[in-house]
Amino acid sequence: MRYSILNLARQAWRGHTGWGRAWRDAAPRDGYDVVIVGGGGHGLATAYYLARVHGITNVALLERGWIGGGNAGRNTTIIRSNYALPGNEPFYEWAMQLWEGLEQELNYNAMVSQRGVLNLFHSDAQRDAYARRGNAMRLHGVDAQLLGADAVRAMAPFLDFENARFPVQGGLLQERGGTARHDAVNWGYARAASALGVDIIQNCEVTGFLRDAAGAITGVETSRGAIRAGKVGLAVAGMSSEVAAKVGLRLPIESHVLQAFVSEGLKPLIPGVITFGAGHFYVSQSDKGGLVFGGDIDGYNSYAQRGNLPVVEDVCEGGMALMPMIGRARLLRSWGGIMDMSMDGSPIIDHTPIPGLYLNAGWCYGGFKATPASGWCFAHLLARDEAHETARAFTLDRFRTGHLIDEKGVGAQPNLH
Amino acid sequence: MTQPFRLGAGGLIDRSRTLHFTFDGKPYTGHPGDTLASALLAHGTRLFGRSFKYHRPRGVLTAGSEEPNALITLRSGARAEPNTRATTAELFDGLEASSQNRWPSLKFDLMAVNQLASPLFVAGFYYKTFMWPAKAWEKIYEPLVRRAAGLGALSGLEDPDHYEHDHAFCDLLVVGAGPAGLIAALDAARSGLSVVLADEAPLAGGLLLAERVSIGGQSGADWAAATLAELASYPSLRILPRTTVFGRFDDGEHGAIERVADHLPIPLPGQPRQRLWKIVARRTILATGATERPIVFDGNDRPGVMLASAVSTYLNRYGVAPGRRAVVFTACDSGWQTAADLLAAGVALAAVIDARGQAPASLIAPIRAAGVPVLLGGQVVAAKGSPLRAVIARDASGAAQRFAADLLAVAGGWNPQVALAGHLGHRPDWREGIAAYALGDGPADLAAVGAADGVYGLAGALASGRAAAQAAAQALGQSAALPPLPLAEDAPHGVSPVWASGPCRGKAFVDFQHDVTASDVTLAVQEGFTSVEHLKRYTTLGMATDQGRVGQVNGHGLLAAATGRTLAETGTIRARPPVVPVAIGAFGGHHRGRHFRPTRHTASHDWAAERGAVFVDVGQWKRAQWYPQPGETHWRQSVDREVNATRNGVGLCDVSTLGKIELIGPDVGTLLDRLYINLFSTLPVGKARYGLMLREDGIAMDDGTVTRFAPNRWFMTTTTANAARVMQHIDFARQVLWPYLDVQAASVTEQWATFSLAGPKARDLLRAALPEVDVSNEALPYMGATTLRWQGHAARLYRLSFSGELAYEISVPAAQGDALVRHLFAVGAPFGLTPYGTEALGVMRIEKGHPAGNELNGWTTAADLGLGRMASKKKDFIGRVMAQRPAMVDPARPRLVGLVPEDGVSAIRAGGHLLAPGAAPVAASDEGYVSSACYSPTLGHPIALAMLARGADRHGETIIVHDPVRGGDVLARVVDPVFFDPAGERLRG
Amino acid sequence: MRIPCPFCGSRDSREFVTRGDAAPTRPNGEEGMFAYVYLRDNPAGALEEWWYHAQGCRQWLRVSRNTRTHQVSGAILACQGGAA
Repeated sequence: MRYSILNLARQAWRGHTGWGRAWRDAAPRDGYDVVIVGGGGHGLATAYYLARVHGITNVALLERGWIGGGNAGRNTTIIRSNYALPGNEPFYEWAMQLWEGLEQELNYNAMVSQRGVLNLFHSDAQRDAYARRGNAMRLHGVDAQLLGADAVRAMAPFLDFENARFPVQGGLLQERGGTARHDAVNWGYARAASALGVDIIQNCEVTGFLRDAAGAITGVETSRGAIRAGKVGLAVAGMSSEVAAKVGLRLPIESHVLQAFVSEGLKPLIPGVITFGAGHFYVSQSDKGGLVFGGDIDGYNSYAQRGNLPVVEDVCEGGMALMPMIGRARLLRSWGGIMDMSMDGSPIIDHTPIPGLYLNAGWCYGGFKATPASGWCFAHLLARDEAHETARAFTLDRFRTGHLIDEKGVGAQPNLH
Repeated sequence: MTQPFRLGAGGLIDRSRTLHFTFDGKPYTGHPGDTLASALLAHGTRLFGRSFKYHRPRGVLTAGSEEPNALITLRSGARAEPNTRATTAELFDGLEASSQNRWPSLKFDLMAVNQLASPLFVAGFYYKTFMWPAKAWEKIYEPLVRRAAGLGALSGLEDPDHYEHDHAFCDLLVVGAGPAGLIAALDAARSGLSVVLADEAPLAGGLLLAERVSIGGQSGADWAAATLAELASYPSLRILPRTTVFGRFDDGEHGAIERVADHLPIPLPGQPRQRLWKIVARRTILATGATERPIVFDGNDRPGVMLASAVSTYLNRYGVAPGRRAVVFTACDSGWQTAADLLAAGVALAAVIDARGQAPASLIAPIRAAGVPVLLGGQVVAAKGSPLRAVIARDASGAAQRFAADLLAVAGGWNPQVALAGHLGHRPDWREGIAAYALGDGPADLAAVGAADGVYGLAGALASGRAAAQAAAQALGQSAALPPLPLAEDAPHGVSPVWASGPCRGKAFVDFQHDVTASDVTLAVQEGFTSVEHLKRYTTLGMATDQGRVGQVNGHGLLAAATGRTLAETGTIRARPPVVPVAIGAFGGHHRGRHFRPTRHTASHDWAAERGAVFVDVGQWKRAQWYPQPGETHWRQSVDREVNATRNGVGLCDVSTLGKIELIGPDVGTLLDRLYINLFSTLPVGKARYGLMLREDGIAMDDGTVTRFAPNRWFMTTTTANAARVMQHIDFARQVLWPYLDVQAASVTEQWATFSLAGPKARDLLRAALPEVDVSNEALPYMGATTLRWQGHAARLYRLSFSGELAYEISVPAAQGDALVRHLFAVGAPFGLTPYGTEALGVMRIEKGHPAGNELNGWTTAADLGLGRMASKKKDFIGRVMAQRPAMVDPARPRLVGLVPEDGVSAIRAGGHLLAPGAAPVAASDEGYVSSACYSPTLGHPIALAMLARGADRHGETIIVHDPVRGGDVLARVVDPVFFDPAGERLRG
Repeated sequence: MRIPCPFCGSRDSREFVTRGDAAPTRPNGEEGMFAYVYLRDNPAGALEEWWYHAQGCRQWLRVSRNTRTHQVSGAILACQGGAA
């Protein structure tokens, strides 16, 4: 049933008995044209766009647990297209444009809220670096403004301008950046993909691959039986190396834990997304009132989906340095995900050397904002066997050729990105 | 002021003292030992808050930190603390509290109109609407939602209190000082273990303080106090009251929050408000007890409906009757205890309804004997009235009965509190016998005892505490003979799982704070959200400030029933830290304001400050940026003067912040050959050489100079920003990559103070300042170095130039730096010695085209920087292979160039991009960026360094500097990056 | 997390810098350099990795740790046989 205020009101009258399952909990069939491994936001979006844009509906999406249970369901919900490098910016801007029409596209309120993303700077060198980034954004036709301290103060008067160790000098503002509700994105894509015929198969873990005599991929072995496939696309984020190892593939990826935090619900306080430039801290306020914030990765390889106290302290120190009013707000809950940190901090959407196997990975801690474009571009690759124009730089072999996309400029050390 | 609901006697309160406080501006009284909740209940207050979504009037549900309803804002002004639980706020004289989430008042909240639309506002309704028109979510709906969201408000003012951090190390951490925890701590101490005992309450005893029980012939409270006193006699035992262990982390580290001063009006002078503890324990015992769960029925959120154990707590511990006429609704034996407590306190008991068909006769008999109606196998169907007026029930035959009551005590069973175990991934299992989730096979270093392990009898709790302590001691190789346990009895503690009661058609709440009802759970299941995680996210059940401690398990029970699964099959969610919400300020500790990061001063800092220097942050260092003279009103005046004075006379700059590394050993040269792109093993003694090192991926990492003072004694400098990184890199090289090389390395960045003396008169000044040293060009040529002694201290003199002038660097031990700089200025007066700061330093190096941090930005290769020829072809070095990758040697890559404005006056700014003239301002036209820029007083016009595609071949071309975020385009000419003295004549001679 | 530094004893991981997998061995020539710099096993389970005691003895340690449970089972000095 279509989601609308009219139907909601009708159903309210009838005790809401008319709503059906948001997506079919499908059982696996013998084979599909395309099997997508990974039921996070990227996998779900890929399945949707395969069906909607390319008319490929004989698709199975396999998720070892419950859809949206990994990074897709535990991130800080930020969306933005403020990248400096030409390999990245067109892609993230394509994602932003897809975000802007997503609710109508999916008939699901993903609560896309473009309240602005403000990156603060605290030195001349940082200002110039953000100017460089802002100018790059403008050359790509994306909105960017460089604000001075006074303009930042007008936007966010609660920042510490008096007593700070590293006073705020200004910020780079992308007004079109903001947040979206992560669960809604996952469920919205799932519902729409399922309605188009995609089989969403939960509690189905890929345990191996089926290959023909030439070594090409012909399907997957799973905890719910073997499933044949014309093509297999991997979208498993932090589990990429583990899954790829089943076909002997080594990837330029390390899995790391990123912690994220939410405070108790408070009346509105923070208008948009703010990132601290002199420490690891970024924050926004959810529609339920909780401050959603985070900082850096813990720094060591991890599959545990949890981190340790040093990061909690580091993040809260940053928060207190930036906005000392939050001292009396309380941290309510923390969680951790498994980040697929790539060797240059940028993603991979590409064929693998193994025919029939495609890879979508390397999103580091920035995968959520990419969700629509990642799905779009991965679907494009799976459907047409060529990269979408916005994702041409996300090749697997770029590390060999040197065409790195390294926003931070820190090199082949994943935990520095 | 009367307290009509205060019992005549009893309670752990000091009736001899009266405290005064206000709630929503109205004055009240209470006693030391009260919480805000107990004191208000003593006055007969029923209404404490409004719920999140429906703004339903709410009262107190519990007596502990799991309270979901009675959330108030404590204090006002900058110390205002929203979402404080009235049930744990210790009463103090002058306390101010205000209700939240209501307008205009708690009693008449207009937002309660939401309830009329409640059929619309079901779980997840917002996903199904708010989509039209397209921009309306953000412009209209969302602002309304956000204004209605949240419960309390932050003051917006800086938190005036401070927070400390502390550490503790122990053999055994006992979390919880109830009977099981007290015995465990005592036995562990007796066995010789070092122990930390933490409890969230101000008094030890746990539920002993709430129940009328005896241990060893004493009242529970007296026994707890006596045991605590005995514990205090052990020096290796630390007791932390008012301390909640909120998180369990790797390797025995626990986070705990001690509320040092929250029970006082304001902290005492010097006292932190709270203290964050990091406790590293070899073993941990969870004596965290169990929390009671409610039952879901229509109207179960009315003010006056309370958990049975909370009723007992208010009666016994606080001497308060939460009502005058009560009904007890129970699914477990402990509810009958509350009935007995009510009778003992003289509260009228209208009925006891037990959802089970039977209960122990020993519990029923005294209730019946008092003439109280008993309904076995009965159900509460609805609670009526706000505040509560009546309870509608059905007996076992289905006949309806109505009881007038203003208090309904609900006992749905108990949930062991094992969230801490869950933090490291141990999800509890469903234990059929106690109808609850409890720790199954936990990790070896963790044990749950007492109620936390589902052992609800008092004697059993003591025994389990002892057993766990003995096991811990044994594991750590200790033991002792222990005296017999004090005498105690196990009261009956049977329980049946009863999740819901009655039709649950209207407002039957599962999660009170988020207004999640039983029908929301039904709807979620209907829509396919059938895993516990999906149910939680879709309905937001368990995501409120109580983190599901009250309602989560009931939600699981309803989910299991709706999906035809057992609770064992349903499982439970993963617990996450913190167990209770913890102030963000507590995690931040003392690293606030100016203390967020350390401030590092160079040896000349005080001297520079005396000279009026303006300082700039360079990492954590303060460096003099320029030294304004009287009459100078703009920084350009100062900087231009400093540059001119240096290039025409002599200037001094403190360059102590550059990284310095001492390298000793016969293989240093070999190591340096492998780290730098150029050769160093050929460097003669007494000479210095500039070097560039790469990352292993072929990108330039850092540059500096290396000086060889003796065959096996070398000295390296790095950039300020990379000092630590390069040290780490050297240690990796010599310890991991080539451990057979005989090299020692030490960081000496802070050990030396170094000053640069630059300008045509530099040698003359040095002759006057260091008369014993031969500073002639023959004795100390360009790139030469020597050691000397200055005022009895070891010193080093290098002939190095960053400015392009005749220049030296002089280093003395840091403690002598202040004396040296003063000496140089005393001697330097006749030469017009001028101090110059980082701005002038930067101008001069840009004039000379030196790459610095802006160019060594993590994207550039040696060739990009024009240093490709430095790379030796005769040896391997880190980064050599990867630097040959196709993209790294592509001739179209950006190369270092100089830029000058065509009009001779327009400023060029770093961060601008480069476009060919006439090219459209789009990404495809982007040919590079400006990396460094300044006004050159030496040349009389602005200059810049930039990275331009194929730049080396484009000298003389015109280029557009495109900087739309700051201003208009500037037409510039591409030139050689060395703007001044390209032949380097001023350096030599 | 605590690291059992052979010199300094059990120390908080805050004192250390992590570099990553210790398995890759730096080759002497071009052969294998790409894999050394860029490819990783990234196992979910036992891992040997390099930790640098930056705020202590400044030794590189080869630490044995499980990436699923974070459990550290041991650490040896790189320069005493732990090096590749």
